[in-house]
Amino acid sequence: MSNSKKVSLSIQEAQVERPVCLLAEFESVAGIIRATKAIKQVGFRHFDVYTPFPIHEISGLERMRVTIFRWFIFLSGLSGATVALLLQWYTNAFNYPFLVSGKPYFSLPANIPITFELTILFSALGTFLGILFFGGLPRFAHPVYRSNVFKRVTNDRFFISIDATEPAFDPIKTKDALLSLGASTVDEIYGFPPSTYLLPKGLPYTLLILVAIAIVPLANIALIRSKSSPVPRLSIIPDMDKQQKLKAQAESTLFIDGRAMRLPVAGTIARGELREDDHFYRGKINGDWATTFPLTISEEFIKRGQNRFEIYCATCHGLDGYGHGSTAKRAEELEQATWVPPSNLHDATVRARQVGHIFNTITNGIRNMPAYGSQIPVLDRWAIVAYVRALQRSQRAKLEDVSLEMRKELEARRKG
Amino acid sequence: MEAIRQREIDNAVDDPIHPPLLVLGENDFATVTEKVCAVVEQKRHPTSWLIALGIAGSLLFTLLIMIAYTVGVGLGVWGLNVPVAWGFAIVNFVFWVGIAHAGTLISAILFLFRQRWRTSINRIAEAMTIFAIFCAGLFPAIHVGRIWVIYWVFPYYPNQMNMWPNFRSPLLWDVFAVGTYLLVSLMFWYLGMIPDLATLRDRATTKARQITYGILSLGWRGSIRHWELYEAGYLILAALATPLVLSVHSVVSFDFAVSLLPGWHTTIFPPYFVAGAIFSGMALVVTLVVPIRSIFKLKDLITLHHLENMNKLILTTSLLVGYAYAIEFFTAWYSGNSTELFVFWNRALGPYAWAYWLMVFCNVIAPQVFWIKKLRTNIICMWIISILVNIGMWFERFVIVITSLHRDFLPSSWGMYKPTWVDILILLGSFGLFFSLFLLFLRFLPMIAISEVKGVMPQAHPTENTEIEVSTKLKEAFYNHELRSANTGVSE
Repeated sequence: MSNSKKVSLSIQEAQVERPVCLLAEFESVAGIIRATKAIKQVGFRHFDVYTPFPIHEISGLERMRVTIFRWFIFLSGLSGATVALLLQWYTNAFNYPFLVSGKPYFSLPANIPITFELTILFSALGTFLGILFFGGLPRFAHPVYRSNVFKRVTNDRFFISIDATEPAFDPIKTKDALLSLGASTVDEIYGFPPSTYLLPKGLPYTLLILVAIAIVPLANIALIRSKSSPVPRLSIIPDMDKQQKLKAQAESTLFIDGRAMRLPVAGTIARGELREDDHFYRGKINGDWATTFPLTISEEFIKRGQNRFEIYCATCHGLDGYGHGSTAKRAEELEQATWVPPSNLHDATVRARQVGHIFNTITNGIRNMPAYGSQIPVLDRWAIVAYVRALQRSQRAKLEDVSLEMRKELEARRKG
Repeated sequence: MEAIRQREIDNAVDDPIHPPLLVLGENDFATVTEKVCAVVEQKRHPTSWLIALGIAGSLLFTLLIMIAYTVGVGLGVWGLNVPVAWGFAIVNFVFWVGIAHAGTLISAILFLFRQRWRTSINRIAEAMTIFAIFCAGLFPAIHVGRIWVIYWVFPYYPNQMNMWPNFRSPLLWDVFAVGTYLLVSLMFWYLGMIPDLATLRDRATTKARQITYGILSLGWRGSIRHWELYEAGYLILAALATPLVLSVHSVVSFDFAVSLLPGWHTTIFPPYFVAGAIFSGMALVVTLVVPIRSIFKLKDLITLHHLENMNKLILTTSLLVGYAYAIEFFTAWYSGNSTELFVFWNRALGPYAWAYWLMVFCNVIAPQVFWIKKLRTNIICMWIISILVNIGMWFERFVIVITSLHRDFLPSSWGMYKPTWVDILILLGSFGLFFSLFLLFLRFLPMIAISEVKGVMPQAHPTENTEIEVSTKLKEAFYNHELRSANTGVSE
């Protein structure tokens, strides 16, 4: 044991004067094939062959590594597919569910193209980086470059290098053997003392200064982001954020009153907003409540009124007008203190009101009842008034008011 | 002139048992290296190269000015309007991305089919692919109008607005397909170039060249351990690039086919687009290679056999494209859809009929001369046909985009499309971009895959016996038994 230790030590010590490898040059393809086969067969392992193009007769030194490399590519492709699916699911279905024409947020068929492309991309990246990684590239310094003839390896010459780490390496014997295999030259490549590997003197300082300069803009951005400023933010691309126009409440120096938004000229009336007809629009004739309708009434018109009444009025006044609509009932149940019960439309006071007055009540509201002028068009309000009149009459009708057939039916009901 | 008067050797023979030599003349490994590297290593720029770069460079400058003008003023300077809201930009995009496809066909698909003649043209074709993708990518980028927010097409982070792209849109598939295509093509191109960059490094006479090519070649030293990985990886890249190239133009065709517009909404689009892409790309390869082999004296490496094979591919894809044109009419008629039928009648007989028939002439009729061997091996003839095909394929995209849009369902919104001078200058400028990059490539990078060409030369496959006998004598010659047992602790 102690003996072998001593030898390995001596190898380390002797590195400067001992060659790190032997480099044999061959001139033909046949020569390199024969020599490589010979070296393989004598059992050498610490050797390498250099050729200007791949020669398949002597390949197969790195079967294991190529197999691992292929699995690496497969895993890269698999990760590409996974990343693509997760990305599409996260962005379009999870982080911000993106609804497109009611289709599902995440459906495989629509996500196949991107998954396919990213699988290819990741596999290709894996292949490219794998060749470099498993080949130990880039490597800019290598002992074989120290030979002058080695430059022809990328042109028309073939080389074999045998490393000094080969257990049976004997510079003299191996050199002779290589020459006997047909090598045209055999060079001894020597290692250089470690000091030759130092970087150029100025380089670290230059890099340090460059890094320091590169930090300046980043630090500046961080500084600006961390403090507040009254100056508007810097807009490199304005994107129409600021436009030459005045907004509603802005100040303008153009007018004496300083208002950017101008009032219309006094007496301006918008198209269709004149509303001259006092009777139709406000239910008044010469300042008094109108007692007549401003239009002729038809059955259809009253039916329309009923329809509107049941939508807008019946919730409080009730379908029959007695003031027991569902809202009123609920308010009574809850014993609301502020609740003013809706009027009974069949009260004497309501019955005595002029149609113009009722129209005005619908338009502007009364007590708790809100104004419906903005919700119900003018004609519909008159239709409701007409229906209210019909409703009032229905509660005080005599038998003579209905047709003969109806009278019989009513008689029958009373008896039944 | 001397270069052009180089003799032309006819090696375009169709004998499958005795395939023609792929490298002609008295060439060995050293002369092949010398021939390719000489282009890169000549001290002075060739005058013709300088003139060409001057023209291409000024067109590129025009392109930059026009882009600045478009971005500064807005898309209104283009001829786009309703109903033709996709004009020259999309036509040019599809044209350039189609051109790119031939590079991958030559480098990947022909590699998988073991077509060894690809070796002398694949580098040029791959370079063409990459520069064509640059040109293609430019158009959608400026077409979005606000080019400064183009990064919105990518899912980037931090994304404070939760504003992710819509992954179910063919336009986004385009971004991923073309982006992947560019990256994979770049890796394929660069990987194949590493051994040749090492050649340039080893031949370099100046420090600048040594450092530049030294860094670019990543310390490649031709180790067979590296070659093994390299070949395994190259094969896989080819196998990856093959479905990729088919997917890219299929995805581009989805931009049209997925819409509901008559004239676009057909299932034939993906294969039809892929065939057209390879057709146009092969034509551009021929257009480029014919002058290159004369000017740079590479007729020994890019032989008539190579050109003839490309012309055969042009003829094949021309027939595929012609079939697609015909079947489109058949489908329109067979569908019984009156709008669909109208669109096709309008294509052939409407106001853009001139473009349609120009396309049919250039793409279907003209390439038929390649049935005749004399014509398909005639340099002048193939060069003219290849240029006609390029023109025809540009008009094919023009016909598809413009004629489908300008008259669709609603006759009240029919209109005509007219490009503006900005549109036309941008199209010319994109050729400037392409040729500037291509000329720089020719001058500074190895334009032929030197190491691959060496591999298909007869010298690379020795006929003599290379078997070796195992003998103890051989072992004795190498071994120092004392040393071995001292180092390993095992005695023999």
